[in-house]
Amino acid sequence: MPILRFCAWLESTHVAAAIRESTWLFPTIETLHVLSILVVVGSITMFDLRLLNIASRDRSVTEVYEEIMPWARISFMCAAIAGGLMFTSSATKYYHNFSFRLKMLTLLLAGVNVAIFEFWTYRSVAKWNRGERIPPAAKLAGGLSLVLWIFVVAFGRWTGFTK
Amino acid sequence: MIQAFCDWLSNTPLSLKIQTILWIIPAVQTIHILTVSFVLSSMAMLDLRLMGLAGRGQPISRMVSRFVPWIWRALIVLATTGAILIIGEPERELLNSAFRAKMLMLATVILITLLIQRRTKTNDAYWEMRATAARLIGFVSLLLWIGIVSAGRWIAYV
Repeated sequence: MPILRFCAWLESTHVAAAIRESTWLFPTIETLHVLSILVVVGSITMFDLRLLNIASRDRSVTEVYEEIMPWARISFMCAAIAGGLMFTSSATKYYHNFSFRLKMLTLLLAGVNVAIFEFWTYRSVAKWNRGERIPPAAKLAGGLSLVLWIFVVAFGRWTGFTK
Repeated sequence: MIQAFCDWLSNTPLSLKIQTILWIIPAVQTIHILTVSFVLSSMAMLDLRLMGLAGRGQPISRMVSRFVPWIWRALIVLATTGAILIIGEPERELLNSAFRAKMLMLATVILITLLIQRRTKTNDAYWEMRATAARLIGFVSLLLWIGIVSAGRWIAYV
């Protein structure tokens, strides 16, 4: 299977070997992964809570969006790079891990949710930017995002406990 | 003495219960991590504001009154979930040098946060009037939170 062959190749690289053989490299990359995810989840939650009319109600949606999203994007890239390195070190093992697969699936769903929000719902933000009349589609995006990210973290943590 | 306490704690019915139910530790860790993400993101915003690097449109006192009360509530959740993790695996935590470093940094950052909150209560513009002190305290606080998270993850490795 091409994916399994790709995983085997990843594992055979020098980078993968270096991460596996070092005592401190994996925990260090993992720490950076955790720090990045904390900022991704924390910042996105703040925006989700604005969409759900629970927090930052006195501030416009675009204001919160512009303040928070650059942080979420940069931290997500850091989390993805660090996560990619961790995956590389034992690619086949992670590929077969059920929790890891669920995490990737949840991440994909979160991505689809973001794409729908960015390309469709957020386009009309000028009409509901101030005040509390958030359209149902935007509220749904906020609620889904909140739940999906909780599961991304949970499946990620569970991956560390399974073989 | 700590070893004796660990031996006693790990034989209590509650600890034995946590040890036998496989999903408790990862589930509690997940709640702990999600709460940390809330604290770290809020404190990073406040610290960056104190350092003059973000959110300059908002007065510091307003950010303090917006975030800090939630930090104290979140700390209650963190202490509770943290206590469950300790009861479940006393030796893994209490005899661990990363755990001890984490607790030391946590105690320090709590004192710093109390100081930030106290000063803004007596004078709204206290930190605006002391830009250098604000920068320093924001920087130290941010560094400590990053240290707390890192030490937390390293408990599994030292």
